[in-house]
Amino acid sequence: MDKLIVSPSPHLHSPASTDRIMLDVIIALVPALLVSFLFYGWAQLIVLVVSCVGCVGCEWLIVRYLMKRPAVFSCTSALVTGILLAMNLPATAPWWMVLIGALVAIGVAKMSFGGLGQNIFNPAITGRVFLLVSFPVQMTNWTMPARSFIEMDAITGATPLSVIKEGLKSGLSIDEVLAANGMDMSMLLRDIGGSSGEISAFALVLGFCYLLVRRVVKPWIPLSIVLTIAAIAGIFHAVDPAHYTGIAFNLLTGGVMLGSLFMATDYVTSPFSKWGGVIYGIGIGLIVMMIRYFGSYPEGMSFAILIMNCFVPLINRAFHQKKFGR
Amino acid sequence: MSKITFSIGGIHPHDSKLAREARIEVLPLPPKVYVSMFQHLGAQAKPIVAVGDKVKAGQIIAEPGGFISAYVHSPVSGTVKAIAPRKDLAGFNVMHIEIDVEGDEWAEGIDLSPELVTAIPEDRDFILDRVKMNGVVGLGGATFPTHVKLNPPPGKTAECLILNGTECEPYLTSDFRILLERTDEIVVGAAIMQKVLGGCKCVIGIEENKPEAIAAARESIKRLGYPNISVAVLKKRYPQGGEKQLIDAVMRRQVKSGGLPIDVGAVVQNVGTSLAVYEAVQKNKPLVTNVMTFTGSTVPAERQHNYLFRIGMPLSFIAEQAGGIPEGTVKLVSGGPMMGKAIANLDAATVKGTSCILCLGEETRRHKETPCISCGRCADACPMGLEPFLLKKLYAVGDTDALEQNAVQDCIECGCCLYSCPAYVPLLDTIRMAKAQVMGIIRARNAKK
Amino acid sequence: MTETIIWTVSVLTALGLLLSLVLFWVARKFRVEEDPRIDEIEKTLPGANCGGCGFAGCRAFADAAVKAGNLDANFCPVGGSEVMKKVAVILGCEVKEAAPRVAVVRCNGSCANRPLVNTYEGTQSCKVKAALYGGDTGCLFGCLGCGDCVAACQFGALSMDPATGLPVVDETKCTACGACVKACPKRIIELRPKGPRGMREFVSCANKDKGPVAKKACANACIGCGICAKTCTHEAITVEANLAWIDPDKCKLCRECEAVCPTGAIHGVNFPKPLDKEAVKQRIAERKKKEAENV
Repeated sequence: MDKLIVSPSPHLHSPASTDRIMLDVIIALVPALLVSFLFYGWAQLIVLVVSCVGCVGCEWLIVRYLMKRPAVFSCTSALVTGILLAMNLPATAPWWMVLIGALVAIGVAKMSFGGLGQNIFNPAITGRVFLLVSFPVQMTNWTMPARSFIEMDAITGATPLSVIKEGLKSGLSIDEVLAANGMDMSMLLRDIGGSSGEISAFALVLGFCYLLVRRVVKPWIPLSIVLTIAAIAGIFHAVDPAHYTGIAFNLLTGGVMLGSLFMATDYVTSPFSKWGGVIYGIGIGLIVMMIRYFGSYPEGMSFAILIMNCFVPLINRAFHQKKFGR
Repeated sequence: MSKITFSIGGIHPHDSKLAREARIEVLPLPPKVYVSMFQHLGAQAKPIVAVGDKVKAGQIIAEPGGFISAYVHSPVSGTVKAIAPRKDLAGFNVMHIEIDVEGDEWAEGIDLSPELVTAIPEDRDFILDRVKMNGVVGLGGATFPTHVKLNPPPGKTAECLILNGTECEPYLTSDFRILLERTDEIVVGAAIMQKVLGGCKCVIGIEENKPEAIAAARESIKRLGYPNISVAVLKKRYPQGGEKQLIDAVMRRQVKSGGLPIDVGAVVQNVGTSLAVYEAVQKNKPLVTNVMTFTGSTVPAERQHNYLFRIGMPLSFIAEQAGGIPEGTVKLVSGGPMMGKAIANLDAATVKGTSCILCLGEETRRHKETPCISCGRCADACPMGLEPFLLKKLYAVGDTDALEQNAVQDCIECGCCLYSCPAYVPLLDTIRMAKAQVMGIIRARNAKK
Repeated sequence: MTETIIWTVSVLTALGLLLSLVLFWVARKFRVEEDPRIDEIEKTLPGANCGGCGFAGCRAFADAAVKAGNLDANFCPVGGSEVMKKVAVILGCEVKEAAPRVAVVRCNGSCANRPLVNTYEGTQSCKVKAALYGGDTGCLFGCLGCGDCVAACQFGALSMDPATGLPVVDETKCTACGACVKACPKRIIELRPKGPRGMREFVSCANKDKGPVAKKACANACIGCGICAKTCTHEAITVEANLAWIDPDKCKLCRECEAVCPTGAIHGVNFPKPLDKEAVKQRIAERKKKEAENV
């Protein structure tokens, strides 16, 4: 018999592992990915593949040749970043742009802070925002969802959010904007143009439920974001429906679903405690609605998450676990 | 009665009670026993026999070395061969009395008959004296001298005696077996302790995964007629058997940080201790035997055992009786897999608190540490509501003030944080160091006052 | 256009002036009077902030030295006598001469001589390991090999030798700050005087077990036999709790103890010639014979 092992207790470990968690997140994203293929076809697949290869490759190269610590390489974690980044980009994004996004997400937002677990900002969102400010034209030229997989030459156009924003800026009311574009509200909600991750709230919620069942995430952060947005939109829309969009519109358009369910809940860049998470969520909701209603950008989910990411260390200091007997 | 449990944290490790069907077997006597002088919490016991002395089983061979300490008795009859330092299971030198076994003759005044004695002595001091003179210590893990615990400081009264039959650690089955096979004795032991504590109520806490034990205990209480003893069914959850957690579960009261159970009117005793108290008071039999489990993931089903062993038997002797260490074992643990100590020296002798020899296979190997992803699972699992990932960071930078503020001293070392960490960060290893450091600072400060 | 420029420049200038006045006032108001010698001494010190002197850092040391007005209780082990002389000049006082010291490892139980009896699996920290159990060899006192001392050394003077599993001290880098001594849970590192031209004799073992136990655990252990103490003609060696210790102040570097040690636990370093054990043993035998004749 070989020499026995001696180690401090405990001598058992749960089946949980970082890879397993990341795998669960990927599984949870599958329904939304399928829907986006259905809507956008091959173009979306190309964006996804380039983004994933870019993220994993970049992480591997940095870990292997810059940090010289191959042990910290986490393929699954980079893959999650890659998928999330792809879901944040328009299907029309050229491959080189996606690659730049992946390099910024992994190289700048993640690895320069020390890699997995050390980053302050959500890598995928950082990548997206970098592209948004660098290539505003390509990044806002959203494909309108194709009716079937075969119909390849889809129409491109602006997202509902930007249509309304532009209209409001020129002094029109919401109804006038819609009339001018020949649309109505229900149509907007049915055919939501946007990044691939933004188009099917149902698929995203389905995936999120899987994560809840697997106990990978807790519902506090998304819940508080959604409720905050609903509350603000409800109040403003009730006061002045001509200039402020309503609850359903604000929840279902843009990146609210993807952002609150999958980006804001990223372990590394969100507070760990329940009440910390609630404050973080309320902050994101507030900032999103401020940008949407009063800012110059039509959409603010990415900015809201990045801004609240900065506050996470502070929130973690302020909110602690309830201690036993204290 | 509805199922109850503690309020913060906790985990659900796999049950693995593989030896639950194995009846308690009495082990034969080894040629030699080594009786440790450090079988209890507190001061080391002082030997009162000399080399060459003839001793009988049950005879006192060492006396307490302080207020918190205990008598040690010879577990066998024979000749004292040596009084010398010997390596314990962790490989540290501890004073042992080595006795050559000759026959099996017991000291006078010890009742070895199996009859149940239900008549409880009237005199409280007599009971406490018997418990003390027979060297009874807590058998739940901490081996705190029982006579000290049964004698609350003036001004504090016990409202509830909690008998700990939770056995929340995976694999362990010794408490379950005694609850099944020695039920009446345990119940009478509880009644004795109730009497000493001034007639408080008594709750026997048993986890839901032991329905036979729950039924047996209820039946016994009814048959023997103790209206003041009840059985509480607890949800299966680790670390339910932790003293503070059990009080929280049963009484819905939380012991304050740095406080004692008696502060909230609770006294917690293990069911094994109750059996030892019964034997000490009713039979005048010292604590020289205990029940342990030989089990583990590598042990085949037919070789799972529950043994009644004499204190001082070498672990290697017991392993031999059980058919040797099974193939594929990479680690031996004394005690449960969550809080037990890894055995570095199999020649070490059993002590009063030995509860298990656990043979674990490859699954016990530690995985390579990966970066923390701040998932907060350690904080969710911590039954004391601490934040292990934060404590580890604070220890790394040496901030003892912040460590104390974040209550590292409250850590009960249950291992839930390390168990649940998906990144395999060895949290408890460093938190234990941090706790020791902060406890030292607190003690030094209190000494100054 | 011109108006805008003029306005901008004048407003900014006024703002700058105003703020500089505020800053000037604040600096005057809240200035802390400090002995300039503290700064001077701090500049003289090595600036490693290693804490080897017992203070939190070089600044704290300088502060304490200036407050005390002398250097009786303060010594910078890193800078050594030379730096201390400079500090003494600043303070205008005398400095004690102290022999330069170096860290020595009191364990030579290499992998080959001290077989493993189990495998440690846990945090690679000597402190954690020492608190858990007696160690992965039979020796309770020896090096645990996780390198806490290496991590504690700020000067890169310590490294683990993969062949022996023991730490090695680079004498040119060691400043005798004592960080490793504090870091080692087994207390096997000792600060000893460097000795003339670096030559010194020391017992490279910390095992306090009885002879047979120690010998069983490690072929190179000091078994407390006392032959070295009996041989030494300078009364430099004492054996306490089965462990020999050489008093560096009394040792005359004759290397007799090293020659007679049955387990090779006594080490001599930096001697110009390798030790000829037989010759030394013969010399001792002859001396013993003479002594016997004289009696």
